[in-house]
Amino acid sequence: MSRANGTPYAPHTDEETAAMLAAIGVEDEEALFDIPDPVAFDGDFGIEPRTEREIRDECARIFARNDDLTEFLGRGHYGHYVPSVVDHLADRAEFLTSYTQYQPEVSQGFLQALFEYQSMLVELTGLDVANCSMYDAATALGEAATLADRVRSTSGDVVLVPEQLREGKRAVLENYCDGADMTVETYPMADGTADVDALADRAGDDVVMLYAESPTVRGCLEERLAAIGDLADETGALFALGSDVVALSVLESPASVGADVVVGEAGSLGLPTSYGMGLGIFACRDDFLRQVPGRLVGASEDANGDRAYTLTLQTREQHIRKERATSNICTNQAWVALRAAIHAATLGPDGLVDLANDCVRDAEALAARIEGLSGATAPVHDRHHFREFVVHVDQPAPAVAEDLEAEGFAVHAIDDHLLQVCVTDLNAERTDGLVAAFEEVL
Amino acid sequence: MIHDQANYERDGEDVREPLLSEKGQATVDVREDSPLPDDLTREELTLPNPSEPETARHYTRLSQMNWAIDAGPYPLGSCTMKYNPKFTEDVAADPNAAVHPDRSARSAQGNLELQYRLQEALADIGGMDAVTLQPPAGAAGELTGILVTKAYHEHHGNDRSEVVIPASAHGTNFATAATAGYEVVELPSGEDGRVDLEALEAAVGDDTAALMLTNPNTVGLFERDITEIAEIVHDAGGLLYYDGANLNALLGRGRPGDMGFDVMHYNVHKTFATPHGGGGPGAGPVGVVDELAPFLPTPRVREAETGPGYERFEPDRTIGRVHGFAGNWLVLIKAYAYVARLGDEGLADAAAKAVLNANYLAERIDLDVPFGPFHHEFAATAGDRDAADVAKRMLDFGVHPPTTKWPEMVPEAMLTEPTEIEGQSSLDDLAEAFNLAYADTGEALDAAPNRTAAARIDQVGAARDPRLSWQALDGE
Repeated sequence: MSRANGTPYAPHTDEETAAMLAAIGVEDEEALFDIPDPVAFDGDFGIEPRTEREIRDECARIFARNDDLTEFLGRGHYGHYVPSVVDHLADRAEFLTSYTQYQPEVSQGFLQALFEYQSMLVELTGLDVANCSMYDAATALGEAATLADRVRSTSGDVVLVPEQLREGKRAVLENYCDGADMTVETYPMADGTADVDALADRAGDDVVMLYAESPTVRGCLEERLAAIGDLADETGALFALGSDVVALSVLESPASVGADVVVGEAGSLGLPTSYGMGLGIFACRDDFLRQVPGRLVGASEDANGDRAYTLTLQTREQHIRKERATSNICTNQAWVALRAAIHAATLGPDGLVDLANDCVRDAEALAARIEGLSGATAPVHDRHHFREFVVHVDQPAPAVAEDLEAEGFAVHAIDDHLLQVCVTDLNAERTDGLVAAFEEVL
Repeated sequence: MIHDQANYERDGEDVREPLLSEKGQATVDVREDSPLPDDLTREELTLPNPSEPETARHYTRLSQMNWAIDAGPYPLGSCTMKYNPKFTEDVAADPNAAVHPDRSARSAQGNLELQYRLQEALADIGGMDAVTLQPPAGAAGELTGILVTKAYHEHHGNDRSEVVIPASAHGTNFATAATAGYEVVELPSGEDGRVDLEALEAAVGDDTAALMLTNPNTVGLFERDITEIAEIVHDAGGLLYYDGANLNALLGRGRPGDMGFDVMHYNVHKTFATPHGGGGPGAGPVGVVDELAPFLPTPRVREAETGPGYERFEPDRTIGRVHGFAGNWLVLIKAYAYVARLGDEGLADAAAKAVLNANYLAERIDLDVPFGPFHHEFAATAGDRDAADVAKRMLDFGVHPPTTKWPEMVPEAMLTEPTEIEGQSSLDDLAEAFNLAYADTGEALDAAPNRTAAARIDQVGAARDPRLSWQALDGE
């Protein structure tokens, strides 16, 4: 038996290939291609095949060119310690190498895991329905806006967002709004959270969705969510609340402040820091069930009367409804949702609440230490913080960030004299070093 | 108590693997130990609290009730379920690659280098001039490509309102066009299953922003008239969009860029073998010709203009962003590793074996395949049987069935894509499963499947009375 040079992931021996060609009745593989000569390609990409070992070495060399920094970075992407059990269970090939559950009878395992993930988000948001994933927080926000457009009870086309919003998130939102002829406008913030009075002045029937975040992009906890919810209610706007899966385990329930939709990031559980790869949360009230974007797993029964799970309400989706679908999403982040669910299960409610409380305490403690340094003020905003906070530095912030990087620490420079620092369980034990570096460079 | 793969018998009653919530939950008093004031916190949180051994057993048992490409053939048409090489997982797990997206370019040179190398490789493979890696899935790639198209037309002062899409196209094409604010013009299939040039001529015009085309199309046929198609669309001032779902058939033998396509997406979770993970994550990089490069999402990565290394930059007329950060990074690493492993010959061989396998399998099954010559996939017809029933019956023979009842141009379609990873004996088994299921009579079909973890599931009931969380099951 021999195999010609080719993909190492095809089992065909030369003899088998010959037998298969004979069964089809053609001379060679080329005879099976129906590509006219003028558009045919000679196969020369110039990509040299490498062995597994060569590629592992090559990529290890490439990634070693990333500087070895201790990151105090957040602003929407957060690293927490991911227990080993998450990798080992999620990496089981039965999960990792499976497809979308179009045949539920042989996909019960993943369906149940996703059903459990949805249920966890129902508990965390207090809302009735959670889908089984969006790509990330930014695209989930975009999908919330298009949902607002479909279920609207106002005639407006304005999506109102906080002026302090991650730029990338806003840019994604604008792309989703563009196609539905909606425009994105901002409302002012006062000391890191929504200026609710100014928001009340701005709110009106031209607003189709009102978006608020807690924690905000600067790590501040919004203190008047219920008032914002009331405003949305009075004006008929959809109230979309952005949050984070860890923060949700301690913050007031979104449902209790009148949130119609919750979007945000759940990849802070289950995923390591991964260059921004995420897991978008999408949860909403029952009223919008048939307008939800993305996949939903429901409980049903099999022919024996036993409980079973299946993708459901698929008539919302693109493969059935085409241009009238609630979203174009198909491939989603199911495996990341599995990881988040395993991580949440491993922590349990005690572990989750402890983790969230540490996000508050560690940020507060680090801010207090930086506040003690000359040339720096922290936190800039007189608010409760979650994981991160803003620091004012007398020197130009980009220069300070660069100097800190030379000392081995990465922080955000977000304005001429503003830095942002994020602390989680991954770097909490390195805060002495960060404070010493601050002392050095200030 | 005894249990088989799916069921426990407890007190004489069958129960499936219980939900985590049924195994035990705990309620935490959140305010008791909170550093936050009461008015910012919830009172309590109730979630499952399994021990680690219980967690391991729960998810292991769930995994045992799940089909996977490592378990057997998964010939879903248009899904390209190929083997996911294990080493790519190890490459992606490199802790040095696990950096924050807001790192300075200076301190993340390794990630930028890999991004750049993958962009270049994908550009070569697609015959495109510029590539963005930001879109996190195929449909996100479509949206990116159509937004780029829109921005291009707007920049040139053209207000075009329609996107033309063949009836046989993936549902995402239609939904994407609508998401971007376009009217969809559906192009009926020609009698030979391909684009009908006369119908295309009639469909395109001053309002046409783009034609979205899958090639080979969704029954595996190469659009032989692609040069004429490109001419018709371009003459009308429209752009030609390539849906990369079926790129596996073309690797090394044809490049969308050489066929006149202006913009395309790649499904790296199909063509480049990154694992689908139960529905995602994938990644949907987008390639464009030079003229469209200024509109791509920001930031892009290039070789530094001064000095060694790589830098991020904002394209002049960028559409902005389609993902909050840099897309599905871990997936992109795996795609790079796969492409590097195969190289030119391996990629071309993957296409050859994928097409060989589809043709061999079609030869071996008793079902008719109305359209040909097909490439990596074919649409068989179940004739007077219900394709969904035949598919359920196939489950009993230890294989995953194909995509059913789509595309609609084939009645009771069974769209089958074995990919290159099945060998002859595996294809023979798959063919036997087809033939046995197809030969079955009504009753056996109705009762199927009966050797799976669950018997046939009531999907109508699931939709009529949606219960989407364990909270909704309370009291059952």
